[in-house]
Amino acid sequence: MTGVKGMLGAVVTAPLGWLARLLDAPLRLWQRVAGQGGMVAFFLLPNMAIFTIFVLLPLVINIAYSMTTGAALFLPDRTYVGMGQYERLLRCTDYTNLMTCQEDQFWIALRNTGTFVVLQVSLLIVAATITALILNRALRALSFWRAVFFFPVLLSPVVVGLIWRWILDRNGVLNAALVGVGMDPVNWLLERNYAFSAAIGVTIWAQLGFFALILLAGLQAIPRDLYEAAEMDGTKPARVFWRITLPLLMPNMLVVIVLALIRAVQVFDEAYVLTGGGPGTATLFLTQYIYEVGFASLLKNPGLAAAASILMGGVLIVLTLLQLALGKRNERKGKLK
Amino acid sequence: MKNTMIALALGASLMGTTALAGDVRLMWYSDGVEGEVMKDLVARFNAENPGINVILDEVAYKVVQEQLQIQLEAGSGPDIARVTNIKTLAPHWLDLTPYLADPDYWRTNFGAHADWMRTDGSDAITGFMTQLTLTGGFANATLFEQAGVALPGEGATWDDWVNAADQVAKSQGTAAAFAIDRSGHRISGPNVSYGADYIGADGMPVPVDDGTKAFAAKLVGWVEGGQMLRDTWVAASGSTYRAAADDFINAAIPFYYSGSWQIANLSTKIGDGFDWVATGSPCGTAGCSGLAGGAALVAVKYTQNAEEVAKVMEYFAREDIVKEFSERTLFLPAHAGVAAAGGLNWQTDDVNVGAALDAYVAAAGDILPAAGALPAWKWASPVYGALVNRISQVMAGELTLDDAFARIDQDIAEQVAAAQ
Repeated sequence: MTGVKGMLGAVVTAPLGWLARLLDAPLRLWQRVAGQGGMVAFFLLPNMAIFTIFVLLPLVINIAYSMTTGAALFLPDRTYVGMGQYERLLRCTDYTNLMTCQEDQFWIALRNTGTFVVLQVSLLIVAATITALILNRALRALSFWRAVFFFPVLLSPVVVGLIWRWILDRNGVLNAALVGVGMDPVNWLLERNYAFSAAIGVTIWAQLGFFALILLAGLQAIPRDLYEAAEMDGTKPARVFWRITLPLLMPNMLVVIVLALIRAVQVFDEAYVLTGGGPGTATLFLTQYIYEVGFASLLKNPGLAAAASILMGGVLIVLTLLQLALGKRNERKGKLK
Repeated sequence: MKNTMIALALGASLMGTTALAGDVRLMWYSDGVEGEVMKDLVARFNAENPGINVILDEVAYKVVQEQLQIQLEAGSGPDIARVTNIKTLAPHWLDLTPYLADPDYWRTNFGAHADWMRTDGSDAITGFMTQLTLTGGFANATLFEQAGVALPGEGATWDDWVNAADQVAKSQGTAAAFAIDRSGHRISGPNVSYGADYIGADGMPVPVDDGTKAFAAKLVGWVEGGQMLRDTWVAASGSTYRAAADDFINAAIPFYYSGSWQIANLSTKIGDGFDWVATGSPCGTAGCSGLAGGAALVAVKYTQNAEEVAKVMEYFAREDIVKEFSERTLFLPAHAGVAAAGGLNWQTDDVNVGAALDAYVAAAGDILPAAGALPAWKWASPVYGALVNRISQVMAGELTLDDAFARIDQDIAEQVAAAQ
């Protein structure tokens, strides 16, 4: 058996060894010519090339598109309008009344997204923390419960949207159940508040397992002796949570907050399949606005869509920088203590 | 720069589609059973023409609506496509005239709709309509009968139909009296019936007129009154298309306004569940107009195999093939010779179908000029999109009708300016 394994190992490693020997001389030569810094650049080059082609270049092209107008696809065929598209997006005669804005639906989408981010992220963090705390206890069939909470994460967002649409639709499972117990059916997706709440609830359901798992990893890294010491001192559970668990969970919590914020600002798939942005524009979010303007409308406007996406990207960058700054401050505070 | 980008896009498309000599890619969407019929016809064509390999790419309608234009702008895409946004995309269609064995056959049989699929002022032959459609209504005859309500007769107005359907809805406990597909195209026939005319003397869109305002106000009132099913229009934003066919098929509404392309769909899904009839378009103050339209099979000018494409198009445009396609799909033929000869043997056992097709043929005579001009009008799409977007906001309580009309004018003006 060992002989077979050894043979297989030799078969696998032999070409690698041959490749290493082949590259050894040219790499040593390159190191002599370019020095240590040159070698670093050399090894970073493939990643940088991929990053440039798939991230940096599209970003630059997107910025260029946002300064043009017209239906043509190729940049040279498009008319340069400078900041015209941004002006169009941001122009309002009265900023307290969104209906006075030239692109009123952009502002509605912005307002909806802002409200969604605040509510969804807050509720998601609370729900994920509670779930992680429960899963961190010595429950019976713990692995089963962890799998149950993680399962929705494995579903495609479109599937999540469809499942919940079948549940919440006028002829859906929930209304069938309500009628079954003698209650009146409710148009869950046609009432503004219900539809908005449904969008929040469904996205929380879909993401909860992922964030709970990150927090669970943080909880399990907290030294047990701290809890034992607190127990010996007779500390109340709530105080243990606020004074031990939460501060030590903060690095993981910050990761969760940043990721949840970014995903909330980008909300699209589940909400679009669930509500289509309706009723009216009650669940029209920024990404759907960009999609509608740039791709779905009968006369597409890629310039306006690009400008809106750049503004959205700006919001995401600000949020991320803010969270990173908070994280660093917490880290410094922790070191001082 | 542009040439480099075109070359890159072309290279990418060639890698993606492996456009070999003799290959003809055909992008096709289906509303009903026509995909199955087309598969059969393509297989027969390939068997009869060993030098040409037609590859049928069956896609969702959304793909044709959203992705085809981007492919075309990039100078790629399929060799042939079945499309409904025919006029807007006309600059991308191939003029088949130099490749056709008998261009006069095309002019004679498809000439009536040739302007729908070519740029203004052009005499190019770019394709043919796979079917003619006409917007119109369907009534659930069984529900009307059970409710003891007579089907409104010829000359009945929109109010007559909605009131009758409302009586049926109340009697039979359906979700609402009626629904109209969420589409600017669908409400444009009724708008014209109330006197609307979108096209100004200069060929450009005019501000929302009294005809459009009248029917829009009715629609909003019917949603507020619960007669019109809220789900279709209110439960979405933007210009998203939503059909209410499933609600009619599930007997959730006794009256449904859509179009002739639904006949095969209704026949297949309703079966003998209930009796249904095509009603034509209810009347407004100016007439009882529906809106003609349809889907076209067009050749794309970026093809590498123009001669093969022309041969494929000639095959599908043949009189016997058009006749067979229409009989099997239950679509109204756009071929003048087939229509004139009559005697189409609709391949269905459903007794509702023949009568429905006859009703649509009869309703074609009621199309008002302002509606007849729309399929060949290049600015129809932005008008349709703006109408849906803003009227559904009024239905959701976000805008007043007057605000919506002002927004519709603004949206159309901005879209036209951006596209010019």
